Amino acid sequence: MTTTLTGSRRPQKTVQRERPRHPRRTARGRNWAGGLAGWLWLGVVVIPLYWTLITSFKAQNRYYASNPLVPTGDPTLDNYRLVIEADFLRYLVNSVVVTAGAVVPAVLFSFMAAYAIVRGWRMPVMRAMNGLFLMGLAIPLQATVIPVYLIIIKLQLYDSLLALILPSIAFAIPLSVLVLSNFIRDVPKELFDSMRVDGATEWTTLWRLAAPLTRPAILTVTIFNALTIWNGFLLPLILTQSPDRRTLPLALWTFQGQYGVNVPAVVAAVVLTTLPVLVLYAFGRRQLLSGLTAGFSR
Amino acid sequence: MSSLTDQRRRRTPRSILPWLATPALVIYVGFAVIPLVGVFALSFTTWDGIGAIHVSGLTSWRAVLTDPGLPHALGVTFMVMVVSWLVQTPVCILLGTFMAGRQRYRALLGVVYFVPLMLSSAAIALAYKALLDPNFGLGAGLKIQVLSQDWLGRPWLAFGVVVFVVSWQFIPFHSLIYQGGVQQIPKSLYEAAQLDGAGRIRQFFSITLPQLKYTIITSSTLMVVGSLTFFDLIFVLTEGGPGDATRVLALDMYKRGFQASLMGPASAIAVILVLVGLALALMLRRLGGRDAGASQLEGA
Repeated sequence: MTTTLTGSRRPQKTVQRERPRHPRRTARGRNWAGGLAGWLWLGVVVIPLYWTLITSFKAQNRYYASNPLVPTGDPTLDNYRLVIEADFLRYLVNSVVVTAGAVVPAVLFSFMAAYAIVRGWRMPVMRAMNGLFLMGLAIPLQATVIPVYLIIIKLQLYDSLLALILPSIAFAIPLSVLVLSNFIRDVPKELFDSMRVDGATEWTTLWRLAAPLTRPAILTVTIFNALTIWNGFLLPLILTQSPDRRTLPLALWTFQGQYGVNVPAVVAAVVLTTLPVLVLYAFGRRQLLSGLTAGFSR
Repeated sequence: MSSLTDQRRRRTPRSILPWLATPALVIYVGFAVIPLVGVFALSFTTWDGIGAIHVSGLTSWRAVLTDPGLPHALGVTFMVMVVSWLVQTPVCILLGTFMAGRQRYRALLGVVYFVPLMLSSAAIALAYKALLDPNFGLGAGLKIQVLSQDWLGRPWLAFGVVVFVVSWQFIPFHSLIYQGGVQQIPKSLYEAAQLDGAGRIRQFFSITLPQLKYTIITSSTLMVVGSLTFFDLIFVLTEGGPGDATRVLALDMYKRGFQASLMGPASAIAVILVLVGLALALMLRRLGGRDAGASQLEGA
């Protein structure tokens, strides 16, 4: 809570110098129960992942005969070739277009709305709006897909990537507004006041003050929305039809229908569709995890 | 509403604020609020998804409410919700507390723990489907009898698998929430407790757990409302089967609407989903008794 603020406020040096002097967490000793659960859980997570990975390199005829937990002696890339030749790149591009096309406006609009809600908290309109956005958290928005489908048809957007982008933005707004407004609320009032004394407009304050100070939250919300939309299945399933509009999760599902018996090929497809997010995870892990812990635990 | 904003504009220099919220509001209203109202309206119509929409009064509701499939789907939905909450919450609290500490292998564990968070439900479901195959899956391959059951072919086993896979997918996310919650507990509490001679277990039950109250409510709300939307995982993993053993409401809605072309009854199911979600969220809010949250919800 405070770390995000102190980390980004101006007198950074003094803050950082103070940090090592803070008492260490000596009060907490070793956590044996947690540790045991931790290692057990590691096994639960790793075994399916490991199995998926090694199976994807097995030739189909070897798959049935080999020990499922031992990597094959002669790994093959045939499964991957099969998947890539099944138009994988097109689905990848579709997923990128939909994700980028939805996340950028979703975060931008949510940030502007969150700023307006925090700064305009005295206005009943703003509080009503906040309530409206929060309502989206309490109701499963997936329950509204039938009217969404109808609206998309009426807008003549059915079977287009834009059909996926628009509802994705709407579904991302409630949580984004909540997390972002929580962070904007932490910006000290004096900073806003001094900006106003200097004659800055709300628009300038928004971009020059609030945006830089809440950058970690903005990044977190961006990553979280990107993950959700990238992995989305229901909207592509009901709003598109043509094979060349499929996004990766949907392509994966149809792929399984075509190659059902060929387990190594199916799991190779699983690995391939997962690879892009895992690469991003490798780079953005720290930001994602620290952002999520801070963003949701208030 | 516009007259109200006009008044504000004349009175205060902050008139730009409502405009800043407008883009989000427009898309949200267009693709979430209007559909929400629309789904109520559609539940009183007959529509096959392609042709014309006819108003048909209570026909859809009558069809849905007299269908023995509804209590079953409701039951399965609640069972998945409750059992997966019971499985996930203790594990998440333990893992979260563990991750918030300074354990030696935390960094290593932390890298792997959260991988399931990145995967799509479709990918997870497909991997597990292959892994659990009674003839060629893990159990059969290792020649372990217990593991080579027809996991997805028997009602109770399939239900158990769904709960397990759901937990596998979401425990990382919720442990992360708990980790953040634990990190916000003032360290002085633990120091004081230690001076008083409280052991680790005592500290956990007397400090950590009570201090996590709001975290538990946040996590539970997300878990419970989220579990109403379990669609893709179950759709790919079991398609609601065997029989209707794992046919949750969201899946029921999809099957009636988009597979059986009965959009009216499907909308009625959706309305039920909305009401259940809203009721549960309000109940959890009440349980939390947080002033800010309560007043925020009143605005809705």
